[in-house]
Amino acid sequence: MNRRRFLQSLTAALAAGGLRIARAEGGFRPFPPAPALGRPLQPIGERAPSEAGVVRYISNNLPSRHTGAAFAPIGELDGIVTPNGLHFERDHAGVPAIDPEAYRLVIHGQVERPLMFTLADLMRLPSENHVYFIECAGNGQNGYREPPEPTLTATRSRGLVSGAEWTGVPLRILLEEAGLKPGGRWILAEGADAAAWVRSIPIDKGLRDVLVAYKQNGEALRPEQGYPVRLVVPGWEGSIQVKWLRRILVADEPAMSRGETSEYTDVRADGRIDFFTWVMEPQSIITRPSGGQVLAPGYHEIRGLAWSGFGRVDRVEVSTDDGATWRRARLTGPVLPYALTRFVLDWSWDGRETVLMSRVVDERGQTQPTRSEFFERWGRNNRYHYNAIQAWRVGADGRVQNGDPALAGAPAPPLRAGGCGGEVFDG
Amino acid sequence: MARWLSLALALFLALALAQRYGVGLPLSEEQVAAYATLPIVRPSGAGLPPGEGDAAAGFEIYAFDCAGCHGPNGEGAPFDRLVADAPFGPDLPSFRFAIGNYWPYATTLWDYINRAMPFTAPHSLEADEVYALVAYLLAENGIIDAEAVVNQDNLADITMPARPLFRLDPFTRQLYPWIELP
Repeated sequence: MNRRRFLQSLTAALAAGGLRIARAEGGFRPFPPAPALGRPLQPIGERAPSEAGVVRYISNNLPSRHTGAAFAPIGELDGIVTPNGLHFERDHAGVPAIDPEAYRLVIHGQVERPLMFTLADLMRLPSENHVYFIECAGNGQNGYREPPEPTLTATRSRGLVSGAEWTGVPLRILLEEAGLKPGGRWILAEGADAAAWVRSIPIDKGLRDVLVAYKQNGEALRPEQGYPVRLVVPGWEGSIQVKWLRRILVADEPAMSRGETSEYTDVRADGRIDFFTWVMEPQSIITRPSGGQVLAPGYHEIRGLAWSGFGRVDRVEVSTDDGATWRRARLTGPVLPYALTRFVLDWSWDGRETVLMSRVVDERGQTQPTRSEFFERWGRNNRYHYNAIQAWRVGADGRVQNGDPALAGAPAPPLRAGGCGGEVFDG
Repeated sequence: MARWLSLALALFLALALAQRYGVGLPLSEEQVAAYATLPIVRPSGAGLPPGEGDAAAGFEIYAFDCAGCHGPNGEGAPFDRLVADAPFGPDLPSFRFAIGNYWPYATTLWDYINRAMPFTAPHSLEADEVYALVAYLLAENGIIDAEAVVNQDNLADITMPARPLFRLDPFTRQLYPWIELP
């Protein structure tokens, strides 16, 4: 293949990819029914072969794939529930292989009766179902890059969030079975992964709405989501929702484990560092159109996701003119507390360059900051809880790129740590 | 305050008397100890087992088990930097955060090494080896003397330079006003 033909086919391939959200390609074309019997019944379904490219994003720069993160491909998904195989993944020492028969959970410490539960024990107890998002505290970490990275996609911008319907037994029931002693103010939860991940949760939260979950969208948890049992802590950062849960120590002081000291602590603009930044702030992102997609002029439904660790989404506002005016988007589907919420807005693109943005307002009236407002509060070298408005620039050629404005002042040094952002910014 | 205390008391009484489902196997203290093999070490020193070590012994282990990921001198490549090369400040990039400028509690070091390190062979170190590594890393960061012996009784008393930088997140403070940081 000579160079010119290669470039022509590359251009055609790019255009075909982009046209998934553009006008119908080509003209008339027959589409008859299948001429012969199709595939027979099968015990478990598979995705259409042509969907094989819709996969989690994993950075090529990670020093290890046993720690780091895989991003849910939110730029290619719709809905408030993420397919189980595409739920974002963050591990600290790989995914352990756990035999459900060998699985045990022990509650001990400041309790009347230390107890050991099997998986069958947990499943016998009263259960609850909740649709909740789980979001890595490092979601949005690419936003700390300066200047903003032009090729950012929705997936790499905010794909460390996913939604699922979780089934499990309320932690309160297990704590009541064991009988809390008055000194027990903290739940220290330990995972069965090789790093035996430990996090501390105040007992008030543990008694209110923490779930000891064993089902994800109706089926057993995926191994990378904590099979067979994990904590689900609605609204709080993902790293506290301990996977492969094997032990709960009720204690009178927090562990101050590595995951709540040297990691998952937040640097303010003034240089102070905050412990226990648990609640995930309001977030929204337009997933269509978003970075890497290509538009044709004319009608497009703008779509996206919004959520808040403070509760329900109240409304989402969208600007199609670089923030000059804002319109209220329509929330489609159920609006549930601590759940992904879908928003849509009618839009007709006139073919001129513009910038799209979304911002959520949650039930407490809290909203997302602009990028410059965000950095008035948070350090340029912070690693977590980035929730500034994501802008998408639509070029006159229809290509969509990161539209975040560069900040005033000298560029911050690139991030190099792998961290839970899952990407290594080695410049 | 009295009202809050009585509410808390009522809550605990209600929990203690709550109906039990009779599910779950009650454990003896010996069984709990046999299950909870990795202590969850807290800043008070709770959870620390007997043992001791110094930087010289720690260096022997570090060079063999740790330097490959964290650098011969803890400079951190390809994984995290361990030895600080500058004090913490708002302009310090995150890949230079290290024990000496960012870690607020010495006990965390013991807990984390014991439960998660070495990365490819966790839970393989003896308690004395963990104390020795902690002593080596604290000495390399200039926090203790190179000759100091770290043990069960003195680790929790070691003051980390980064501790004054930290505070409780103000919103978390509103939600849980009772939280006292160690």
